[in-house]
Amino acid sequence: MIELDGVSKWFGAFQVLRDVSLRVAEGERIVICGPSGSGKSTLIRCINRLEEHQEGRVVFAGRELRADTADLTQVRREIGMVFQEFNLFPHLTVLENCMLGPTRVLGMTPADARDRAMEFLGRVRIPEQAGKHPGQLSGGQQQRAAIARSLCMRPRVMLFDEPTSALDPVMIKEVLDVMNDLAQSGMTMIVVTHEMGFARTVADRVAFMDEGSIVECLPPDRFFTSPADERTKRFLSQILSH
Amino acid sequence: MIPGSKRGRLGWIDAAVLAAIVTAVVAVAYRVDSVLEYRWDWSAIPNSLYRWDEETGRWVPNLLMQGFFTTIRLAVLSMIPAALFGAVFGVLRTAGRLFPRLLSRTYVELIRNIPPLVFIFIFYFFISSQIMPVLGVEDFVRRASPATLRSLELVFGPAALIPNVISGVICLAMFQGAYMTEIVRAGIQSIPKTQTEAGLSIGLSRWELWRRVILPQALRRVIPPLAGQFITLVKDSSILSLISIQELTFLAMETAVSTTRVFEVWITVAGLYFCLCYMLSLAFDRLEKSAAAART
Repeated sequence: MIELDGVSKWFGAFQVLRDVSLRVAEGERIVICGPSGSGKSTLIRCINRLEEHQEGRVVFAGRELRADTADLTQVRREIGMVFQEFNLFPHLTVLENCMLGPTRVLGMTPADARDRAMEFLGRVRIPEQAGKHPGQLSGGQQQRAAIARSLCMRPRVMLFDEPTSALDPVMIKEVLDVMNDLAQSGMTMIVVTHEMGFARTVADRVAFMDEGSIVECLPPDRFFTSPADERTKRFLSQILSH
Repeated sequence: MIPGSKRGRLGWIDAAVLAAIVTAVVAVAYRVDSVLEYRWDWSAIPNSLYRWDEETGRWVPNLLMQGFFTTIRLAVLSMIPAALFGAVFGVLRTAGRLFPRLLSRTYVELIRNIPPLVFIFIFYFFISSQIMPVLGVEDFVRRASPATLRSLELVFGPAALIPNVISGVICLAMFQGAYMTEIVRAGIQSIPKTQTEAGLSIGLSRWELWRRVILPQALRRVIPPLAGQFITLVKDSSILSLISIQELTFLAMETAVSTTRVFEVWITVAGLYFCLCYMLSLAFDRLEKSAAAART
């Protein structure tokens, strides 16, 4: 469903992505890990073109994303994205956050959008927070509201950009539980995270990135037990030692 | 002692400052009374506010109140286009493309770096002599049916002065819009990029993103400085007296001359401006509080 083919990107003179290739099939769950600054976030941000790549091809569901892609919003509405800092709209209630896309992008009636929003708020287990503003919620609740906001667009794939990095342990669990449920439901997911427990249990493949390239991409059992590359081993020993 | 309980108290520094102010006021009042030798006579003031009209047998607004109403009209009428200019150019100011940014920047710099008075002298000449005939305002007013004329007069004041008032409104709005542009720009730039990203990622179009996400937040943040600018607009409308717009300051000069009660007239006028601006600032206070309440 998603094809990255020889993608490279530079921020000025600094090359953030080096010839990255990755294929993600429908229903597949990929976890991307790696040290900070390795280009993980930039990579998934290229998939919905929040970042523009300079070389290579990014293809989503048969459509290549380029500078002249006319219907970028059409592609974006099919790709949900969850951010590290939640990025809810602070001037709207949680319910309104969830209804904005369906009413303004999908053209749903407010009543239908409300039903759908309540359905997904129920699924992320915060239906009682619907009337509050994001500022009144805990971090974990905000992140779950952000997930519900994305799901309300009925996306074909969900991108997660370090969804639990801004949260404390209790809240991390709330959010991971919701992501587990989502994986159970068959959603295609690409998750940038340091949560190795989540990678082990949920991922179909785990990709390790370093200095802008995917060093290796293996099923979790092989990734955690017998990685080939020296850098992967070093990263794993660092991250799993505590 | 709880620190908060100090708040309502008058410290000794406060008392000293207050004493100094009272002394100064008393001293000035004493000098005005004994040294200035000005014979205060307020008797002409009520009549220049309202006069008894023999023909209709009713109280009608005299020059000062007429001017006051014109000032209110000018203020209210120019707030709308000024806010519009501010919003549009403020958005252009943050555009990605160079041309809109350049256009908006030119507008702001041109107006900010010329004294308002000079700007209005120049600009008024073009508006009143070039643009107004093209718009055909005068003809429109002349041909208007009595019913339209009545509603026009309600909005713009006496029919004869309508082109005059409209020119004034355009001048004032152009001039104030430049300052509002900068306020709006600051508001927009204070909204984090991540809000744009979140909006785009749910598929919002550029227009919907601005309309539903960026502008509502930006405008809420700029309510306090924008309120200040609106009040400045009301006060600056007095500049229009210099291009013979018959607003409060213009008619105050006439009244001061015809009654020869210069100080009394100007003090009355100051009071009128104060009431108007103070009411505005109370209104904006409430708006700000309700906007703040909606946030939490």
